[in-house]
Formats: sequence, structure tokens, C-alpha cells
Amino acid sequence: MSTDLTTAVPRKRRRRRYSQLTSGDKRALGFMTGIPTVIHVAFVTVPALLTIFLSFTKWDGLHGISSVRFVGFRNYWEIFTVFEDTLSAAIFNNVILLVFLFFGPTLFGILLAYLLDKNIRGTRVYQSIYYFPVVLSLAVVGIIWKSVIFSPGQGLLNTVLGRTKAGHQIDWLGDSHKVFSFHIPFLDNAIGPSKNFLVILAAIAWRHAGYIMVLYLAGLKSFDPSLREAAMIDGANEWKTFRRVVFPTLKPINVIVVVITIIEALRTYDIIAALRAPLGMELISLEVTKNLLGEGGGNVGRGSAYGVVLLVLCIGFIIWYLVNNFREEQT
Amino acid sequence: MSSQARRSPSPSEVGFSTVSRRQLLLGAAGIAGAGGLLAACGSSSKKAGGTNSASTVAGAAAASKLKKGTGALSFGSNYSNDKPKAAVQAMVDAFPNKDVKIAINTTDHNTYQDNIVQYLQQPDDIISWFAGYRMRFFAAKGLVGDVSDVWSGLGDLTDAFKKASTGDDGKQYFVPLYYYPWGVHYRKSLFTEKGYTVPKTWDEFLALAEKMKTDKLTPLVAANDGKWPQMGMFDQLNMRTNGYDFHVSLMAGKEKWTDDRVANVFKSWEKLIPLQQEGVNGRKWEEGATALGNKEAGMYLIGTFLTSQFKDQAVIDDIDFFAFPEIDKKYAQDAVEAPIDGFMMAAKPKNVDAAKEFLGYIGTAAAQEAYLKIDPSSVAASSKANTANYSAIQKKSADFVAGAKQISQFLDRDTDPEFASKVMGDAIASFLSDPKTITATLKTVEEKKLTIFKK
Amino acid sequence: MSATVAGGQVVSEGVRERVATATGRRRPIRWSRVVLHTFLISTAIVMIMPIALAFYASLRPYAETSSRKGGLFTFPKKLSFANYSSAFKQGDMGRHLWVTFLIVVPALILTLLLASFVAFAVSRYSFRFNLVLLMLFTAGNLMPQQVIILPLFQIYSRIPLPSSISPNSGHLNNTIFGLVLIHIAFQIGFCTFVLSNYMKTIPKELGEAASVDGASVPKQFYRVILPICRPALAALATLEFTWIYNDFFWAVTLVSRGNLRPITSSIKNLSGQFLTDDNLVAAGSLMIALPTLIVYLILQKQFISGLTLGANKG
Repeated sequence: MSTDLTTAVPRKRRRRRYSQLTSGDKRALGFMTGIPTVIHVAFVTVPALLTIFLSFTKWDGLHGISSVRFVGFRNYWEIFTVFEDTLSAAIFNNVILLVFLFFGPTLFGILLAYLLDKNIRGTRVYQSIYYFPVVLSLAVVGIIWKSVIFSPGQGLLNTVLGRTKAGHQIDWLGDSHKVFSFHIPFLDNAIGPSKNFLVILAAIAWRHAGYIMVLYLAGLKSFDPSLREAAMIDGANEWKTFRRVVFPTLKPINVIVVVITIIEALRTYDIIAALRAPLGMELISLEVTKNLLGEGGGNVGRGSAYGVVLLVLCIGFIIWYLVNNFREEQT
Repeated sequence: MSSQARRSPSPSEVGFSTVSRRQLLLGAAGIAGAGGLLAACGSSSKKAGGTNSASTVAGAAAASKLKKGTGALSFGSNYSNDKPKAAVQAMVDAFPNKDVKIAINTTDHNTYQDNIVQYLQQPDDIISWFAGYRMRFFAAKGLVGDVSDVWSGLGDLTDAFKKASTGDDGKQYFVPLYYYPWGVHYRKSLFTEKGYTVPKTWDEFLALAEKMKTDKLTPLVAANDGKWPQMGMFDQLNMRTNGYDFHVSLMAGKEKWTDDRVANVFKSWEKLIPLQQEGVNGRKWEEGATALGNKEAGMYLIGTFLTSQFKDQAVIDDIDFFAFPEIDKKYAQDAVEAPIDGFMMAAKPKNVDAAKEFLGYIGTAAAQEAYLKIDPSSVAASSKANTANYSAIQKKSADFVAGAKQISQFLDRDTDPEFASKVMGDAIASFLSDPKTITATLKTVEEKKLTIFKK
Repeated sequence: MSATVAGGQVVSEGVRERVATATGRRRPIRWSRVVLHTFLISTAIVMIMPIALAFYASLRPYAETSSRKGGLFTFPKKLSFANYSSAFKQGDMGRHLWVTFLIVVPALILTLLLASFVAFAVSRYSFRFNLVLLMLFTAGNLMPQQVIILPLFQIYSRIPLPSSISPNSGHLNNTIFGLVLIHIAFQIGFCTFVLSNYMKTIPKELGEAASVDGASVPKQFYRVILPICRPALAALATLEFTWIYNDFFWAVTLVSRGNLRPITSSIKNLSGQFLTDDNLVAAGSLMIALPTLIVYLILQKQFISGLTLGANKG
């Protein structure tokens, strides 16, 4: 029929107009979009909006909806003043996590992707090995690292350091001493990174690097090699080529990598929860669930306030990603 | 109503068949300190601990009022360590009504407590829990069922236990299984070998610890994984330094945490830190038991459930405990921390009859003896329990608690649950990690306490 | 442009090598290559080390490793799978695996099905709100789960269900159905996004040919589009299997009954129950990780292509 089955689909979509469909078809399409949308909106979008609403209320979550009381900004006031040490510790840890993920595993993953993109021997094997930690749940990763690397009595670290004897053991995951601390003007307590948090970053990095590597490899593979060759032949060395030619062209992938790193940093929960959230490993995500149905009958309002903090931190990046991603659709 | 019984039962109340009159009078002195509302609970110093026979007869008559249960019964258990788990199984197996099929759902001990309110949304029919403020808190929120009719058949439990099982509204919501005191445990053979003597005062205690250090032992076991074990240390130090009444009042949110008296507690505590095991926040209490077991450490402040960790009977027989040393002569060694463990019923159980019948069974000597046969680390609640086969530690525990002037339950059972879990747990852990930060921490604790207790 | 592109081949250092070998000359040992491989091999060792250690530990009795100086790094006196059977029994893993199966399979199938519905509608027919829909779904998937959990928990606790589906609570929480539902709701976003990109590359003409032949929309979808999407679906299936299997958060918050929890969330119970026996915990964790590792080893290609489909826009 048509001759251009093999060419790329042109940007402007020639779509079948809705009005040209039969009513049976319209109904079918209605169902096909409707049901998934309803499910998603009901269980994801609506709760997100409710979190914002609930953050202005006081509710123990146990009694009926009629017991919800509107309290304005009091929850925010509480988490920023009374419970400020918790919030500041949590935000600080999230920031450390974010910065670390960026300058550590993310950059490392990009490096690995770049190195493996060349056709060197064994690239497939390397890729397999680097990537496999990603298929493990972070909770499992945490427990595995705890039992063989951080174990005070027989773990890798203490054995190598010769500190396995009881009484001389280094308690990697329990030691919440701050490596360094500083005071911020309006905070009473000093904030600083705890030893055990810094240590668990290694386990998180172990997994994150492979994730980023695969994403970036995908991007590199779709990168037109002739561009790169042209630049190299024009006298630029590898680093310059990468910086000037490859990296900018990979903008879509870069956006994805940045957004994923940020979301992962904010979303981290499983590994800390699996390790029973020792002191020193506070995160905003954990603060939300502590108020889910806390021991004290819960404080859904306060928990929602933490949730909103989380939302505010990531919404900018989500919007950036959406704009970036869907800009072409609009043309 | 909310001020009622922030205190836990006073001594004579937690009695058993060998309570003497002298102890009854001491008990009366303890009760007099509490609010008048206690009298409304249906017990007074007159009845405390006595007259078993009358209540037993009445009990037997009342017991028949409960319907016989049939069908499935779900049992939520947090007895996750080996011996307690086996003991619970034995207790369930000995339940006389074989028409009831009991399914035990065991959850890891710490996880169970961390998630208790979530669990109470859809709990099992029978719920493992403890006496104290937290039980009353759940009762007040309507999260657990009224079992007053079960109590009418529990004649073998003294009024003291009944009071400990009563909610703020005067109804009962809890049936006790056993209780156990907290004390400083040690190995008798080690003490004999090294020529140590049991210390009675704080100075003697510190001196002994120093001596242990020179003998190349770790003086004190220190565990705090789960953020609750070290609360025991706080309770002991506070009750010894500032007295039982101040402790109760502090737990009730009526005292300032920035008070000098509280600061003194931590000053004393700071002296213990160089004498205890390192890495306290990462160590589980069970791991601490190992240190005592292989004689690497000399002393361990813990509940008598410690002995359930050991498999070697020789070791268990070698373990003894002494009361936490006296700090202030005024308070001597009067107060004893003796939590009560037991069970509650779901607010809307699927099998009400079986649940109530089973709870009625738990309150009897038969059930408690079945449990303690496998795990003899605590003392049965029932006055009728056969104490002839009690181990040395059990006998000592019973006497120890009976001789106490005041009894506390444990920090996380005696105060607002949110305060205990969210504030105190972290505060103590942070103190242990860095004692220098305690002043700032206490300031924050006081602020949070005001917010939490306001509701 | 002086692109010396010989027959489409990339001119890089590699070509010089190949040319060299083709002409029979020996390749000189390039130090940069040696350094590169050393680096890559060391990284590989670091990546494997934790799992390898865990495996080694899991085969040895704890009494043996904890009592000797050097702990794990000693020659084994005894190697056995005893830890595995203990962990399996004590951790009640049979039950948890069954629950996991009951959650993962329906969630996977329904997510892919529903996502392909939306992708189909959005990519081949123009509605005004196509874009809004896609953006809504994508944003929903990107949000951290903790943002929505509090209201979600309340919603779950208050939606009544017949006791045949919800024997324990009578409501949506503490049910397998509830977990399946939230997985679908949450993962739909990513799958729709990927599938719609993929479907956009399917030529219009195929669909038009079918509709000229009188096929209705559902038939077009089922007969024409879906089969073509098989590679993408396979890729997504492997990814989603891993993600749903690895879920910890939903299971821990929306299900409080231990015996209804899928296997990954049971790991907290595991390490709590097994106390100090690190080798036992290692065995248990490896068993939990096993299904995803197996899926990965067999279906690696699909896995990676699934991620790349999501990364690239087709």
C-alpha cells in the first residue's frame, strides 16, 4: 500500500481522528484509557493531593474521618521548631546522600559506561557483573552487607582491620558519632554526618553505579559515532571530545540520570528500614512512616507535613523532567 | 481520668501465696501515695493480696458463665526467641478445650512492638502485650476488647494484678501471664573465683567495676539495639537518685526534663560509660547475654528473662542477680522494676467466645506452669502456681518483687507511647553515643514532651 | 569532513588494532589497555565481593566462623547447605514465596495489559488530553512512595471488601489484592511511557490496513499491535518482575500481618529472628535474592533493553 514502511515516522503524527471512529470503537477506547486512569488517579494522584491537605490537619488516623481537625500551619511549625533536630538531621542526610550519589556512583557509572562503550574484550561480561547488584532489592543489599561486611565479629572490614575481638570491635552500623559537626545559626543542635550513615552509603553506591551505567550505555549506543570520530580526527583528545561533543548531545540521557539520582536519593527507605533505622540514619522518608500509625496513636498531620517536604523537594525536578521529555510531543 | 494510675501496682499487690502481713502493710503505704481514683477501681489496701479462698470460689462460679469456644482462634505472639516461642507453644498445647484450633502468628519481638498500632488495626484475636500505661492507652482508644467478664472467673490473680489490667474506665483489658524483675545479673562462680562481693551502694558498685577492669574483664554489659534495653538503666538510676514518686511524675509528663534532678541522673550514668562494652547502640541484648555467658563481662543490668537465652543448664544455675545499688539513702533500694507480660483481646475478635475462654485459661496456674516449665525465667502471675519447682532465680525474683516498696513497669510501658518511642529512645541512644550532648538533648526532649503530652 | 569511514566501520584506536592483526603484525601491548583492564577487573571484584562472601558464609556454620581468628577468611572445616534449610524453615519462606507469587504474577500481567491499553490509545489516536495523561502517569511513577503513603494507608483501611477477598481485615489493607492493586497503580506510569514510545514507532499503515479490513479497535490492538510489541513487553516484564518482587515499602506499610507479606519484606523479620547468626542471615538473604538473580541471568538482554527503552525515546 504505502511505500514508506521503512522510513522513520515523521514528527507530525498523522493520527486517526477521534470523530472518525465508530461508537463501538469509541467505547472500547474509553475503557482502555479509562480504567487504568481511574486506578492510577485513585491510588496515586488523589493520595498525593490528600497528603497536602492532611498536612494542615490534626488526626490520629485511628478514629473516623470526622475526627480530623483543621489546624493550619501548626504541623509545619512543629516540625520546623519542636522537632527541628529530627527534620534537620533527616534533610542533612538526604542532602549528603544526594551529593554523594552524584559525585560518586553516578559519575562512576558514567565513566564505566563510557569505558565499556568501546569494543574492548569482555565488555559483555563486565556489563553483566556491574549491573547485577541492581536487580537486588536495597533491603536485601543492606542485610547482606550487614552480615558479611559490617558484621562486628566476622565481617570483612573488622577482619581486615584486625578488630574482631569482643570489646575491640568497630560497630559500623550502630556508631552514630558525627564525623564532624557544625552549627547553623537557628538550630539548637549541631548537625553533621554520622559514621554509620557514611558507611551505608557504600552499599547504596554499590548498587547505584550499575544502574546509571546501563542508562548511560543506552544513550551512548544511540549516539552517532561519526560525530565522535569527526571530532577526534579534528585533533580533540578523548576528554575534550566527550565534554564538547558527546556529553551535550546526550542531553536527554543526562536529564534522566540527574532526575533518577535525585529521586533515588529522596526515595531511599528500604535499606535503612531493613537495618532497623539506627540512630544517625535519619531520612525524610522514614519520618513520614514513623507517623503513619505511630505508637502514640499516630499523627497523620505531622507525617503528612514531612511528606509535603519530600514532595516539594522533588516536584521541581519532576516538572523539569516532564517538560524536557514531552517538549517534542507538543510540536 | 487521665491522671489515674500512672503508677503501676505497688508491691503487696503483685503478690502471691507467700505474702506476709508485714508486706501487706508496706503495700498499703505504697498505695496511699496514689490518687483516690484507685479506690474506685474496686480494690483498696484492705483487700490487697489476701483472701484467696473467697475469691477462688466466686471465681469458679463465675468461670462457668463464659461460653465454651469452638473453631479457629488466631494468636498474635511476639515471643520470637527460641525458648519463649517453645514455651508459648507448650502453653497453647495444654489448653483443655480441644475444639478450639489455635493458630499462633509469631512476629519478631522488636518489629511487633514497633508496629503495634498498625497491627492493632487488624489484629489477631489474642494479642500479646504488657501491663501499664500503654495498655491503658490502647484501651482508651478502643483498640482492644473489654475482658471484664473473663476476670470475674480469675480468682487466682490478686487484686493488684487486676488493677494492673484495668483501663482508665474501670474495665479490664488485659490478662497477665508472668512478671519478672530487673536486676544486675552476674555469674556466681566468677564472683567467687575473683573474690568479688555484691555491692550495695553506688560507690561500692563503681569500685567493683574498677576492680573488674584491672582483672581484664569488661565490668558492664551494654546493649541497646532496638533503643529500649538501656531505658532500664535510666529507670534504675532515676528511681535511686530521685525516688519513685519523681520517676512516676516524670513519666506522666509532669516534671521538666531540664530539671537538675534529671541532669544528675545522666551525670551518674556518664560515670558508667567507660566501664561498659563499646558499641552499645549496635548490640542486641541477646548478644550481651553471650558476653556474660563466656565470662567476658562481669555484670549485666537486665530482666530475669536473660536466663532464657542460655541452653546450658549449668550456666543458668550459675546466674544470680542483685538489686541495683543505692545512690541516695533516702530512696535506698526500695523501688523495683518488674514488668508484667500478658495478653489482650482484639476489639472485634472473630471468635469472641474462644478468645475469652482462652484468656480465662491464661490467667490460671495451669497455663502459666505450662509456659514456665519450658522457659523458667519469670514468675507466674497466679497465686496458685506451683512454686515448688521454681529455680533459684525464680524464687529470688518472687521474693525480690514481694519485698519491694514500689514497683515500676519499664519506661516504655509507663509513659506515653509516642514519647517513649519517638523521643526517649533516640535521646538515650544519642546520649550513649555522645554524652557531651545531653544538655542540648534534654532541652529538645522537654520541648517535644510538651507537644506530645498536650494532646 | 575527513571522516575516514571505511565501509561504515568506526575509525578509532580499535581499527588500527584490527588493521594490524589483519596484516599479521602482532599487536603491541598497550599499557593504556592494561590499565583499563586492571581497573575494570578490580571494579568487577568489588562488585562481586559482597555476594561471593555472603555465599561463602552461608555454606559454613556460624559456630565455626565466629570462633576462629580471621572469621570468614579461614579454610572451611565443613561446607553444607544446612543454613539454607534452616533459614527456609525458620523464615517460613515457603509461605512467603507463595504469597509473592500471588502478588507478582497478577500485578505483572495486569500492569502490562492496562499500560498497553493506554499506550495504544494515546499513541495511535489523538485526544486532547493525551499529553496530560502521559504526564500524569510519568509524574506519578517518579514520585517517592512515601509522599502518598499516609492517605493511601487510610484509604486502604477504610475501603470495605467482602470477606472472601479480605478474610483478615474486611478492608483493602492486609490483602494480597490490595498489594496487587497498588503495584498496578504505581507501575502503570512507567510502562505506559515506555510502551507508548515503542508503539509510536509502529507504522500507521499497519493499523490502517487492519481497520480498512473492518477490524474494530480492540481487534486491532490484539491482533496487530500487541504482537509487534512483544520485545518491549518482554523487556518490561523482566523489569517489572524485578521491581514488584523487590518491593519492600508497600508490603511493609499496607500489610501488617506477617504471614501475608511477600518475601522481600520478610527480610526484616529474618534478621531480627536470627539474631547473631550472620551466616544464617546471609543464607536467607541470598535465597530471597535468588529469583531476581535467576531472572537476570537468563533474561539479561531483555532486562537491559527494558531500561534502555525507558531511557531512550524509542
